[in-house]
Amino acid sequence: MDRLMSLCVPSLDLRKHRSLIDSLEIQSCYLLSEHSCLASGFGSIHFVLLVSRQGKVRLTKWYSPYTQKERSKVIRELSGVILNRGPKLCNFVEWRGYKVVYKRYASLYFCMCIDAEDNELEVLEIIHHYVEILDRYFGSVCELDLIFNFHKAYYILDELLIAGEIQESSKKTVARIISAQDQMVEAAKEEAGSISYIIAQAS
Amino acid sequence: MEQLKTIGRELAMGSQGGFGQSKEFLDLVKSIGEARSKAEEDRIVLSEIDILKRKLLEPDIPKRKMKEYIIRLVYIEMLGHDASFGYIHAVKMTHDDNLLLKRTGYLAVTLFLNEDHDLIILIVNTIQKDLRSDNYLVVCAALNAICRLINEETIPAVLPQVVDLLNHHKEAVRKKAIMALHRFHRKSPSSVSHLISNFRKRLCDNDPGVMGATLCPLFDLITEDVASYKDLVSSFVSILKQVTERRLPKSYDYHQMPAPFIQIKLLKIMALLGSGDKSASEIMYMVLGDLFKKCDSSTNIGNAILYECIRSISCIIPSPKLLEAAADAISKFLKSDSHNLKYMGIDGLGRLIKISPDIAEQHQLAVIDCLEDPDDTLKRKTFELLYKMTKSSNVEVIVDRMIDYMISINDNHYKTEIASRCVELAEQFAPSNQWFIQIMNKVFEHAGDLVNIKVAHNLMRLIAEGFGEDDDDADSKLRLSAVESYLQIMSEPKLPSLFLQVISWVLGEYGTADGKYSASYISGKLCDVADAYSSDETVKGYAVSALMKIYAFEIASGRKVDVLPECQSLIEELLASHSTDLQQRAYELQALLALDARAVESILPLDASCEDIEFDKDLSFLNGYIQQAIESGAQPYISERERSGMLETTDYHSQDHHEVPSHALRFEAYERPKPSSLRTQASTELVPLPEPSYYSEAHQPISTSSVSERESSEIKLRLDGVKQKWGRPSYQSSTSASSTPPQAANGTSSHPDVGVGSSSLKPRSSYESKKPEIYPEKQRLAASLFGGSSSSRSDRKSSSGGHKPAKGTASKPPKENPIPVQPPPDLLDFGEPTATSVTATDPFKELEGLMDSSSQDGGSTDVMGVLYSDAAPVTTTTSVDSLLSELSDSSKGNPGTYQSQTSKGPNSQEALEKDALVRQMGVNPTSQNPTLFKDLLG
Repeated sequence: MDRLMSLCVPSLDLRKHRSLIDSLEIQSCYLLSEHSCLASGFGSIHFVLLVSRQGKVRLTKWYSPYTQKERSKVIRELSGVILNRGPKLCNFVEWRGYKVVYKRYASLYFCMCIDAEDNELEVLEIIHHYVEILDRYFGSVCELDLIFNFHKAYYILDELLIAGEIQESSKKTVARIISAQDQMVEAAKEEAGSISYIIAQAS
Repeated sequence: MEQLKTIGRELAMGSQGGFGQSKEFLDLVKSIGEARSKAEEDRIVLSEIDILKRKLLEPDIPKRKMKEYIIRLVYIEMLGHDASFGYIHAVKMTHDDNLLLKRTGYLAVTLFLNEDHDLIILIVNTIQKDLRSDNYLVVCAALNAICRLINEETIPAVLPQVVDLLNHHKEAVRKKAIMALHRFHRKSPSSVSHLISNFRKRLCDNDPGVMGATLCPLFDLITEDVASYKDLVSSFVSILKQVTERRLPKSYDYHQMPAPFIQIKLLKIMALLGSGDKSASEIMYMVLGDLFKKCDSSTNIGNAILYECIRSISCIIPSPKLLEAAADAISKFLKSDSHNLKYMGIDGLGRLIKISPDIAEQHQLAVIDCLEDPDDTLKRKTFELLYKMTKSSNVEVIVDRMIDYMISINDNHYKTEIASRCVELAEQFAPSNQWFIQIMNKVFEHAGDLVNIKVAHNLMRLIAEGFGEDDDDADSKLRLSAVESYLQIMSEPKLPSLFLQVISWVLGEYGTADGKYSASYISGKLCDVADAYSSDETVKGYAVSALMKIYAFEIASGRKVDVLPECQSLIEELLASHSTDLQQRAYELQALLALDARAVESILPLDASCEDIEFDKDLSFLNGYIQQAIESGAQPYISERERSGMLETTDYHSQDHHEVPSHALRFEAYERPKPSSLRTQASTELVPLPEPSYYSEAHQPISTSSVSERESSEIKLRLDGVKQKWGRPSYQSSTSASSTPPQAANGTSSHPDVGVGSSSLKPRSSYESKKPEIYPEKQRLAASLFGGSSSSRSDRKSSSGGHKPAKGTASKPPKENPIPVQPPPDLLDFGEPTATSVTATDPFKELEGLMDSSSQDGGSTDVMGVLYSDAAPVTTTTSVDSLLSELSDSSKGNPGTYQSQTSKGPNSQEALEKDALVRQMGVNPTSQNPTLFKDLLG
């Protein structure tokens, strides 16, 4: 699977990853539905959405309250709009009075929904910032990393954005706290391992 | 190579279980990855849900296993399925001592739960404990969860600890604590109002990350109250200056740009502070000017900052130099090949055009290119720009374009928006009445069901009143042209309901007004409408009322009325209709046909839709009847207020009852009640949500009433800050909204001292002569948009350049006045005095009874009818008359509200008021509690 950071490479060599090839049928044409009452949001970013080119959800984070039903509706609607857009068009879509900023990295679309009055270019860079941090963390990140380690991606997102606001803009700081957490995790694992080892020895 | 790497990665994950994931989970992810359709994916997920449900029921699940299950739950939920059966396990996991598990637990609950979920209460305790942890990672995890989960009720439980954490030695913790407080402030401003100084303090934190995070809450605070932060202007400016001078650590650089996200946040704040404040703006000139020079417009982030600068400049009072710099940046954007930048350029243009209207001149072609771009986003943005620069000279071109676009799109949300913009522009700048009506017809025809109903009301009102000038001739011409166009359009199939309502109403009022069309022709058309749209009751109701008006005018003018056979059959059909509203209308129509000319004229006078209608709210004409009833032993009426006064004691109880449960969720020992929180409660107390609780209060035993009271109080808690949706009829507010002018496109902006009136000196000819190679079509379009060939039009609206919008605003409000839009006629009010003596009779039944008694000589079995005809035979005709006239007039004067509506929720307003009053009475004792507490506790 392609590195995400090799920007906007649409070609995906399918033979390479037979086990994980997503279906090629583009599932983006789920019918667009009518209005629904979306809750008004709180943060500057209302939600973050990672969708694959085939319309498969890779990560969702909702900063404003949405019901499960609204969520799937939002995803359906947006992937319908965004995946069908041509390559050279704006990275912004006006949608139900909000704006959705999206960017494609390899086969993955990163989308963030913001208020109509926000700075779209900035959000575009927040997306890129996030991808760069992911890239640094996973070491040339690819979609696969995110598929299997979506919880890691969540942890990183939580260090970057809180309640829809950008919380930390230094890559280094984010990386530091994430690695601190990971070390704790490793330590905990080792501990658990050693304890079980001791128990195993004792019995 | 690449391939090897991927395989290696896969293997690594497989063997090591990808950070503790089992084969099972990997298989799940894989099979979902391979799913060929959404349906297949759903099937896989559903079977996974089954598996998990079973597994979670097993006893003694090892923790590692449990963690994996929870991650699988997260996955399911992420794919849009319901994993609520496992939420409790995630909550349990947050209690775990192991950080690894705890973190997973927190991640899962933040993804699963909304802040109003019931399980939150179970987490609060854990969060409290974790905030006290000496491992800062645990604290961070807890703070993350707080930002997502804590709601208004639970804020007090964690607030003190979060405040303490503001001084934590780890900057990561301080930062998150700031964000948590920010979140609290958004949820319930009163809860942290005493802590605002902390934000200021943290602005000076020596960690730039904390400082950057502090800008978020400050931005919110400054939005709310600019004045009290004016002293910070120079601090913000100096911070921005330092940032641009690269004083921050290198790690904050992003693509060679020093801390751009912080810069943007600062610029946003400066825009707020400098808006309308000359001296504050002047402090900013330097740094803004520097930014324009320094920003690297070859990177995206540089452009983001440039754009933010443009936005700030459009908000503050700018210097000419800055304006120039901004204009330069915009023209760079517009000339760029990137659609993103073009979009930003158009947006910037829309902002600056308010300050210097002639800035658009030089970009005419770029704008038109964007308008014709295949990219919808760009197109819409351009329409927004056009909307902002509309004036009377170009309104026709712009609105035509908008309507064309509106017809071409399917997106209902945007269709609605653009339709309302068309209407707004047409209302404001319409060059002629005919044009206006044409535009409205188009809007209704193509977006009829999406248009706000008040637009229809406005149109009807406009046709009824004319254009405000005392020119009856012009008015009647306007009406005639409306009638003619409607008669033409009616033949088209499948018109939107709202449009048909307008058509019916106008035909009813004015169809026969100047004798061009005969009554039978118009009524035939109306019958056709009622026939063709037989499933739409509202349209039918309008059609019947219109018929009634037509016949009434005929009768009143002394002509003989012959009811068309199809009309007759329509009436008969409706007499048996399931809709009480339609039935009512049909009966009224039938009754009216039997009356003589004089009576009819007083019921439905000609062209009186603009007249005020007086209501006899006290129903004084029934006094005699009531007197008689009392004399014959009936109970006198006790007003609701008095009745509720009698119930005050029970209400008192229920109040107490609900005080207790709402405070049952105490998370720590007793604390002194804060007056501020009580104040908010008192104010939310007035939020109307009353009817169920009201009735239960009145009629049910105390215990249940307290329950319902509690329910409503729970709902109320969430209402804080939410726009009131079902309160008083929003009619008034909506009309006032419609009467506020859109931002005037030219000159008359919020900055009175800049550039007003300069639009009259447009150097448009220079452009035309300079660039002869441009396609003539585009050129023409450009000219019409930007004022090229508009000489004839602008002659007509001479000197309208900066004048017209002002006039539009000035003349609008008075126009609203003559027709005070009545609140929905209070039908229950009508029946109230009687309704108490015979509890809860349907007012319609009563009315029917009344009518029956007059026409069929009291043959009905209705109690009221019998009573009535027995008791007061003398007053029958007159009162029926007046009742009828009131009814029909009200339906006529206020076409939007029809009786079935009003009968359902008619005196909600009154009920609300009373309810509020009752509550106030009930609340008073509790609101004295603080002092009581003080007295007791010293």
